[in-house]
Amino acid sequence: FLLQLCVCVCVWPALMQLFQLWMFVVLFLIMMPAMFGLSLGVTGVYIQVLVRILEWATIRIQRGLQNEPRVTVPLTTEIIERAGGSMEEELEQRRRTHSLSVGEFSLSDVLYFYKRGVETIVDDQVTQRFSSEELASWNLLTRTNQNFQYISLRLTIIWGLGVLVRYGILFPLRITLALIGLSWLVVGTSLVGSLPESRYVKNWLSELVHLTCYRICARGLSATVHYHNKENRPQKGGICVANHTTPIDVVILANDGCYAMVGQIHGGLLGIIQRSMVRSCPHVWFERSEMKDRHAVTSRLRDHVAERTKLPILIFPEGTCVNNTSVMMFKKGSFEIGGTIHPVAIKYDPRFGDAFWNSSKYNMVSYVLRMMTSWAVVVNVWYLPAMSRQEGEDATHFANRVKSAIAAQGGLLDLAWDGGLKRARVKESFRQEQQKLYSSIILSRSKEMKEKRRRNKSTFVST
Amino acid sequence: MGSRASTLLREEEIEEIKKETGFSHSQITRLYSRFTSLDKGENGTLSREDFQRIPELAINPLGDRIINAFFPEGEDQVNFRGFMRTLAHFRPIEDNEKNKNPPTSEPLNSRTNKLLFAFRLYDLDRDDKISRDELLQVLRMMVGVNISDEQLGSIADRTIQEADTNGDNSISFSEFIKVLEKVDVEQKMSIRFLH
Repeated sequence: FLLQLCVCVCVWPALMQLFQLWMFVVLFLIMMPAMFGLSLGVTGVYIQVLVRILEWATIRIQRGLQNEPRVTVPLTTEIIERAGGSMEEELEQRRRTHSLSVGEFSLSDVLYFYKRGVETIVDDQVTQRFSSEELASWNLLTRTNQNFQYISLRLTIIWGLGVLVRYGILFPLRITLALIGLSWLVVGTSLVGSLPESRYVKNWLSELVHLTCYRICARGLSATVHYHNKENRPQKGGICVANHTTPIDVVILANDGCYAMVGQIHGGLLGIIQRSMVRSCPHVWFERSEMKDRHAVTSRLRDHVAERTKLPILIFPEGTCVNNTSVMMFKKGSFEIGGTIHPVAIKYDPRFGDAFWNSSKYNMVSYVLRMMTSWAVVVNVWYLPAMSRQEGEDATHFANRVKSAIAAQGGLLDLAWDGGLKRARVKESFRQEQQKLYSSIILSRSKEMKEKRRRNKSTFVST
Repeated sequence: MGSRASTLLREEEIEEIKKETGFSHSQITRLYSRFTSLDKGENGTLSREDFQRIPELAINPLGDRIINAFFPEGEDQVNFRGFMRTLAHFRPIEDNEKNKNPPTSEPLNSRTNKLLFAFRLYDLDRDDKISRDELLQVLRMMVGVNISDEQLGSIADRTIQEADTNGDNSISFSEFIKVLEKVDVEQKMSIRFLH
């Protein structure tokens, strides 16, 4: 008992000292520089070390795989090779290769649909966008360990060390930073909100509060963001449009500028944050019931944009998170508001962690915890030149134009499929389009046949 | 997903599937990943809803028939073996030469078996004959509402007329084979699986 008391007495002050040292490090070496946008360069060094380690790991894995050919893991993600002819091409091929029955319909027509259908069962373009991207090589995180088996002792040791570093050192650091950042946001914005109304000072202060908070949060994720083409940064009175992968997109973008957020009011912690944010600068929060009424939404946003002094609105037209390998259909609502659109392309580097929020698999809290125990978040953000709707262009066409620009810049696949297919069924009209296409093929063949018959008849008559 | 994908599929199972279908080891593991990603209920089998969740399949006019082909007679769930057995019909025929131990009986992806598979797409009641009604059903699925009943009926009649050699007003499997004699079935019903 006496021994235990002695231990307590000695250990307790040591713990206190450790805690004080910890807070000192956090506050002065991380938080303060972050608030002023400076960097001590620690994260840069960390990322470089990580890249070296991951490259070494990749080489080891490839060497390991070569030694055991039976357990090959394909380094490509394609399962099948798609022969991409259109419906007309494939069905016409049949007619050219052999003078079969000259009927409009042939029993072999079904083979086209059959083959296409089975191809999509094996590998389709849409469902893979709603789960995390498969990596070509393991990045030493357990969660991305699909099919990678035990390769060597050294690799396992490095992985084990990685676990220790990530959960033991980085994670507590990041949690502390995140908590400080969020509470500063709430406190700061409430303080600024309580100030008397004055145009410039209040705005400047609120921008400062927002920026510093987001910078702290970004540090809390070990986020390294590379901004490209800063001259195209969204201006006041404009609309900023970006592809959506995760809620962290907001933090990433807000690190380099102030935006008015658009979204639904939530309850709980997020609701508190939202309500305090709106006190200091006008964000656009909607009640759940209001979200259903598209006209109300559009008119509110239009009013916001019309006041050219307000911050640019940040909108994610995909409407849902997708896994950063492609850009899915942009909902035209955001493009009907008017004003200039400033497209932004965001691409996460998948080697350092999987940024995609799979909302059907993880809730917000477990997602944030996963992000905080990844290696880091490395992002490339490209600001694209402003675009606006041309004369006679409809909103859907404009939306597709912006989408293609973003996809091209970010190196993502440009898909026309709706991100809402994550949860909803595809519309019946798409199937009807396919049926219409096939019917038109049959009808044109039938016309061809009639023409041929008529010509044969007339030549017969003339002779 | 994690490493669940490879641990739940035992080596013996992989070997059996290899022998039965002719797929290679890596192809089987890749397809198992695909199977598990489609299996939202995580119970080791796929239901019809799991297939219908694939948008590109849902817009295929013959989507429902294709999904049906995976499910054995009267059942609502298909396991991985059944899934692979159905997919095996779509292996290219030339892949059989690459196989080190060819199967003893006729391989699933032989020309005859491919044609039988296509035949079953039409022949819903499995009476080994494509009746006029069955043909009309498939035609209707493919054209939707865009062609009138009369025109569709005459198309069906013409097709049966040309194929029917024994005058029973339906198409038997041998008549079916004869009609598709010149069609490059190997190419039209094969999918190139990458290693």
